[in-house]
Amino acid sequence: MIGQSPLRTVIAHVVLILGILIVAFPIYYTFVASTQTLQTILRPPLPLLPGDQFWNNYTEALFGGVGRIGGVSVGRLLLNTTVMALGIAVGKIFISILSAYAIVFFRFPLRMTFFWLIFITLMLPVEVRILPTYKVMVDLGMIDTYAGLIIPLIASATATLLFRQFFMTIPGELVEAARVDGAGPWRFFFDILLPLSRTNIAALFVILFIYGWTQYLWPLLVTNSSNMNTIVIALRKMVSFADADTQWHLVMVTAMLAIVPPILVVVLMQRWFVRGLVDSEK
Amino acid sequence: MATVDLKDVKKIYPSGFEAVKGVSIAVPDKELCVLVGPSGCGKSTLLRMIAGLETISSGTVAIDGKIVNSIGPTERDIAMVFQNYALYPHMKVYDNMAYGLRNRGTPKDEIDSRVRATAKILELSALLDRRPRELSGGQRQRVAMGRAIVRNPRVFLFDEPLSNLDAKLRGQMRVEIKNLQRSLGVTSVYVTHDQLEAMTLADILVVMNAGLVEQVGAPLDVYERPASTFVASFIGAPPMNLLPLSQGPAGPALADGKTIEFAPANAVTLGFRPEDADVTFGVEAPSGALVLPALVEAVEPVGAESFLHCAAGGSRIVVRVAGRATATVGNQLRVVAKAEKLHWFDQAGKRV
Repeated sequence: MIGQSPLRTVIAHVVLILGILIVAFPIYYTFVASTQTLQTILRPPLPLLPGDQFWNNYTEALFGGVGRIGGVSVGRLLLNTTVMALGIAVGKIFISILSAYAIVFFRFPLRMTFFWLIFITLMLPVEVRILPTYKVMVDLGMIDTYAGLIIPLIASATATLLFRQFFMTIPGELVEAARVDGAGPWRFFFDILLPLSRTNIAALFVILFIYGWTQYLWPLLVTNSSNMNTIVIALRKMVSFADADTQWHLVMVTAMLAIVPPILVVVLMQRWFVRGLVDSEK
Repeated sequence: MATVDLKDVKKIYPSGFEAVKGVSIAVPDKELCVLVGPSGCGKSTLLRMIAGLETISSGTVAIDGKIVNSIGPTERDIAMVFQNYALYPHMKVYDNMAYGLRNRGTPKDEIDSRVRATAKILELSALLDRRPRELSGGQRQRVAMGRAIVRNPRVFLFDEPLSNLDAKLRGQMRVEIKNLQRSLGVTSVYVTHDQLEAMTLADILVVMNAGLVEQVGAPLDVYERPASTFVASFIGAPPMNLLPLSQGPAGPALADGKTIEFAPANAVTLGFRPEDADVTFGVEAPSGALVLPALVEAVEPVGAESFLHCAAGGSRIVVRVAGRATATVGNQLRVVAKAEKLHWFDQAGKRV
């Protein structure tokens, strides 16, 4: 390998450690701030080491802070966000794997037209179509519902394309072997295609879950009641709290709590990634 | 158990390309029919039409006397062994073999006994819990065979099943496939581009070229009486020597102008197999035989035999001599082939 000489090893590690520091420091600093009293935070400089308010701040944010975050508990916010992120991730995978299946394995009229229609939606950013989408949601009465949070974001051209590319690598002989073995389209999908796609699904799930978790613009528009807010929206509301001083220590605690579920998803799914990479032959 | 009958089967692709231009073959019960030909001759397309993986443009395919044109592969009760084996990568060997039976709703204990019995025949019993990627090429090949056998189908279809194996394993599997097919007594159609495989496996040999059948027959009949120059040059290794004849004043003549008295009048190509000729340094010419003065250009010693590549009669020919060759490069000698060992072909390349 390259890093044979000690000097090179040292340089490589220095670069890596610097990179990690740059990436991780803001998160660490958020954590530090979440363990201080509001007074400490407001009186700079902020200490570099965690303070002694960890327990107080976190219990207050989780159980006592209802009034401070627009009258909703952190638990409720986390639940809302989890439902939305899961709904978006699962929905996107479900829809895109089915459309890719249709496009790759079936011959039907206008097949390529449909493919290009899906492809073209990649070129439109969400913001461009946000107004018509909002209007549709209002007409359907989906404001302040989970469906309203999830459904407009549920189609994914990217995921469809990824599945399409993967399906195209599946040898034709495998499809034919399944046909000779008496597997109809559904059997083939569930018994062969789905198990073979599981590492792709895991990777997409992680990406899409985080995508859903960090959504800002759409949840902001489609939720009026604080009860339906996601944690990202709630954080913004906490920062610009009109009636009182911003409770920075609680903002920091909420930010830390908001990071935990995506991290959990990444850590848990990583084992699937590695297994997928080790299983060289798909 | 089953016969396979093809009647004037054609395959025309939407692009207008005619891959199979009207093929009729009858495979009797329990026999192994080998389709052989160069790549692109339509043999795989034909096999896939028998399997039901490809639609039939015109003509009929009948299994056991019943026309199956409009029936899907599952209902045709066939089993296919693919070139790349096409094992399900995420399933264990056991499940790979059991999958077809499960889809047919076979009871669990029957599946189990059949899979285990088949695994025993193919010596796969110790590998049932492995996945395909943990197997060697030869073992994967066996699993692919097992997946076909376990279903106990009416017809086996093989699509170049040995072409991904190394030469030694290929020879071994060839014998095994032949024995299995014979002991199971299942009618089979086997596609290959390897003429050696075709010769050794076939009960009926079908030589195909450009979407048409060139010749059908028992392997040795095809070898001894090739119906066309194509078959003559395709079957046999090294291939048959083919010399062009021109119409001389006294009948067909070689390129150097020498008339061959005993040639049929309409012959334009003369052929003889490398092993049907002798070489001599002598001058006396036996009557009723073809005698060609030849210059040795290369010698290929194989061990039990040697091949002399010579320039003779305006062409390059190959002659087989037993054991070590006494001739060396640059020698002038004579190639002698008996008249009854000569093959004649007319203008259209057909046997005279």
